[in-house]
Amino acid sequence: MQRLNTAPRTSAAQSPLFRIAWGVGSIVGFLLFWEVMALLIQHRHLPPPTAVFSAMAREFASGELMFHIGMTLYRVVVAFVIAMLIGSTIGIVMGRNGGIDRFFDTWLILFLNLPALVIIILCYVWFGRTEVAAITAVAVNKIPNVAVTVREGARSLSRDLAEMAHMYRFGWWKTLRHVTLPQLAPFFLASARTGLSLVWKIVLVVELLGRSNGVGFQLGTYFQMFDVSMILAYALAFIIIVQLIEFGILQPIAARVNRWRR
Amino acid sequence: MAPLDDAPSGSLKVRVKRKIYPASGVREAQPVLKDIAIDIEPRSFVVITGPSGCGKSTLLNIIAGLDKDYEGEVVLGGADTKVGYIFQSPRLLPWRTVGQNIALALPDGDPRHGRIDETLRQVGLEGFASQYPERLSLGMQRRAALARGFISEPDVLLMDEPFVSLDDPTAQGLRELLIGLWNRRPTTVVFITHDRTEAVMLGTRILRMSGANATIVQDETVRLSPSERTDRDKVLAEQQRIFRET
Repeated sequence: MQRLNTAPRTSAAQSPLFRIAWGVGSIVGFLLFWEVMALLIQHRHLPPPTAVFSAMAREFASGELMFHIGMTLYRVVVAFVIAMLIGSTIGIVMGRNGGIDRFFDTWLILFLNLPALVIIILCYVWFGRTEVAAITAVAVNKIPNVAVTVREGARSLSRDLAEMAHMYRFGWWKTLRHVTLPQLAPFFLASARTGLSLVWKIVLVVELLGRSNGVGFQLGTYFQMFDVSMILAYALAFIIIVQLIEFGILQPIAARVNRWRR
Repeated sequence: MAPLDDAPSGSLKVRVKRKIYPASGVREAQPVLKDIAIDIEPRSFVVITGPSGCGKSTLLNIIAGLDKDYEGEVVLGGADTKVGYIFQSPRLLPWRTVGQNIALALPDGDPRHGRIDETLRQVGLEGFASQYPERLSLGMQRRAALARGFISEPDVLLMDEPFVSLDDPTAQGLRELLIGLWNRRPTTVVFITHDRTEAVMLGTRILRMSGANATIVQDETVRLSPSERTDRDKVLAEQQRIFRET
């Protein structure tokens, strides 16, 4: 404590311990606020956090929670990977080729503005209520966002560095690995982070409408029973998982990709 | 014309009949270069000088093969001639360390990978191999770019005002470094500058470019021995002779 008090303000605010302390304090504050509100309102549709956590514990003990989260996570990962691969390819091609960009730009805007629900319904109508249809629907929702972000990156590729790579005979593989991809990395990362939060929300809708397992399916079931504790238990559990992915995977990658910056 | 391989390795024949920047948008087509004919001997240090914006860099890009939109031809002597290019800005990859930047100029598995530390020491960057370029000063980045240009031992080395926008002592130090590197391993150099003192100090031959639609207006041999090149008075006298300054 002594050190925190005497250290300059900026370095204290940047220290990881300090940030974690603030984060924990903020969460505890929110839970307290929720508990107090639940006590004051006293309605079965607003359970206190303690009830939600005990529901979560029961569901975890029975194995149901992990099974449905596992199914949802599997769909998130597959749809995310497909969307990143296809979206990045489209983005790079459009960013590098003016003619293709001009022609397909309208298509891109069309897909960007197509409501997620419409894509989901059409996929189920055309391909049946199958796993493939579900994952396709999620991926198609995400692809235009990835394409637009990566296209910005591909448009801003440095000509100076391309000439340098040409003069020093890098060849296509060294150019891709050491010149092109590092320039696109911040754009991949930006679309991955916005993508993750978008994809898991769409996966829940897809599960609600046409799958018989997963967090979205469970939410639908407990909605019919008006079991708010269970709905919140599943929502919270999945938020925790997504945060773990953010802190455990995406942030370390971001730190590694940006380590050369001043 | 003699077959390509008969020309001595490291020699250079440059013919630019016409180079025009095509019209774009509201700008009209703009002629830049005309009737340029240069023959360069192997292992000569040729400096092309002229006012800013006269087309020197355009000419160098044509020689490098980066600009193919011109009337004429550029013939490099020897089979598989290696051309190095040291640009006006260092053009290092910011996400690779200094050592990696230099290593990338060599083919994979090349024995010269073992000489990276030695080359860094020659340019005064000993111990900086694992640093990222953006953490270095501009002068140090230029040294790293020099090291990258020299390590692959090109037959022809093109340099486009590589010491511009540096303070005087730093630029002078880098010029002396370049003279040292070149004396150790003479290679054909085409060096661009608008700095007349720099031109005389470095070049064995000076080509002056001039005009709105530029061409070579003067072709001089520099009469300085290697030791005289670091002598300010000798350089100045030679500069006055070549550029007819009073």
